[in-house]
Amino acid sequence: MADWTLYEVFVRSKHGLNHKHVGSVHAADAQMALENARELYTRRSEGVSLWVVPAGQITASAGDEKEPFFDPADDKVYRHASFYKLPPEVDQM
Amino acid sequence: MYAQQVDTGAKRLKSLEEMSPEERHFQEKVDAEVRIEPKNWMPEGYRKTLIRQISQHAHSEIVGMLPEGNWLTRAPTLKRKLQLMAKIQDEAGHGLYLYSAMETLGADRDEEIEKLHRGEVKFSSIFTYPTLTWADMGAIGWLVDGAAIVNQVPLQRCSYGPYARAMIRVCKEESFHQRQGYEILLTMMREGTDEQKAMVQDAINRFWWPSLMMFGPSDANSPNSAQSMAWKIKRHGNDELRQRFLDQTVPQLEFLGCTAPDPDLKWNEETGHYDFGEINWQEFFDVLKGHSPCGVERIQQRKSAIDEGQWVRDAAVAYARNQERKAKSAA
Repeated sequence: MADWTLYEVFVRSKHGLNHKHVGSVHAADAQMALENARELYTRRSEGVSLWVVPAGQITASAGDEKEPFFDPADDKVYRHASFYKLPPEVDQM
Repeated sequence: MYAQQVDTGAKRLKSLEEMSPEERHFQEKVDAEVRIEPKNWMPEGYRKTLIRQISQHAHSEIVGMLPEGNWLTRAPTLKRKLQLMAKIQDEAGHGLYLYSAMETLGADRDEEIEKLHRGEVKFSSIFTYPTLTWADMGAIGWLVDGAAIVNQVPLQRCSYGPYARAMIRVCKEESFHQRQGYEILLTMMREGTDEQKAMVQDAINRFWWPSLMMFGPSDANSPNSAQSMAWKIKRHGNDELRQRFLDQTVPQLEFLGCTAPDPDLKWNEETGHYDFGEINWQEFFDVLKGHSPCGVERIQQRKSAIDEGQWVRDAAVAYARNQERKAKSAA
């Protein structure tokens, strides 16, 4: 099994929703990964669509980089609706 | 508990002041109930403890298919056979969720399975007992899966994200297991012959104490347990979980019209809990050491399943390569 590829599995639980990461499977190829993922993650109709992605193909931000990497968003409070104070007459906007 | 006596490597707990800055940052996150994810820094002891625990837990799910597989071909009706097959497939699924969670810690699945086969990693003591009659399928679903639920519900809040998320999926499915087990017993008690009713009582007699042992001996004074609690891998002591299981199980036992093989079992008005007799811990330690009815046989079955399935895995790889070649030459 060591030479099988690790695939990350994403499930769309119903139409209109995003695919969501649920776990991973090992498989000899992508088709087998889809079938394994169906058996493992959708035995009780948990999905209407499946994606499998070779784990090695995913580029991720480093785990503990939360502060420096996401810093640029911290000092831009004017990106939030709540930053703009409006008079009560029009505040439902 | 599916993972019993997990070693954390800790002799005593470190205070925040004694910790390195990284360790302290980690512990503060855990204390604040922030989940730890695979790429986050974690103490080596935390990583190793989780690998040990999840590996043992995963092996237990996989080995746990064997005692039930024993009755697949002899299930009394097609309906019962389909239900049992669905339950066993779930157990395989639980094992796979857990192996996946374990791999996020850098452990290798094949290597952990090898360790199981060499006897270096254990599986739960409960699966070393034989399944002698059909009623055992009921008793296992009700008692063993019932005890597993009590243990696994708090694990849904475990500090390690992938383990906690695997447990959420597992717990959703376990409830079907427990109910199908109880329904097997209830049907035998309501519609069965005297012989079949006696079978139910006999199955309960054999699985009662081993189910209580699943939670492991009291860990009130154990440094391993204190460390696991500080890391929020573990949330409750073994005795507390055992009592919780017992309190919810005894009324179900009475509803069945059966008894427990424990003359000391009785409701205690003062404590609001059931009192129960002394557990034979020597039996538990003997089982962990490998002196058990089916321990050796279970590992042998696991090994031959892997060896005899080699041609299937080889065929899958050969097929995948062929498909790839065909796709290339068509392009």
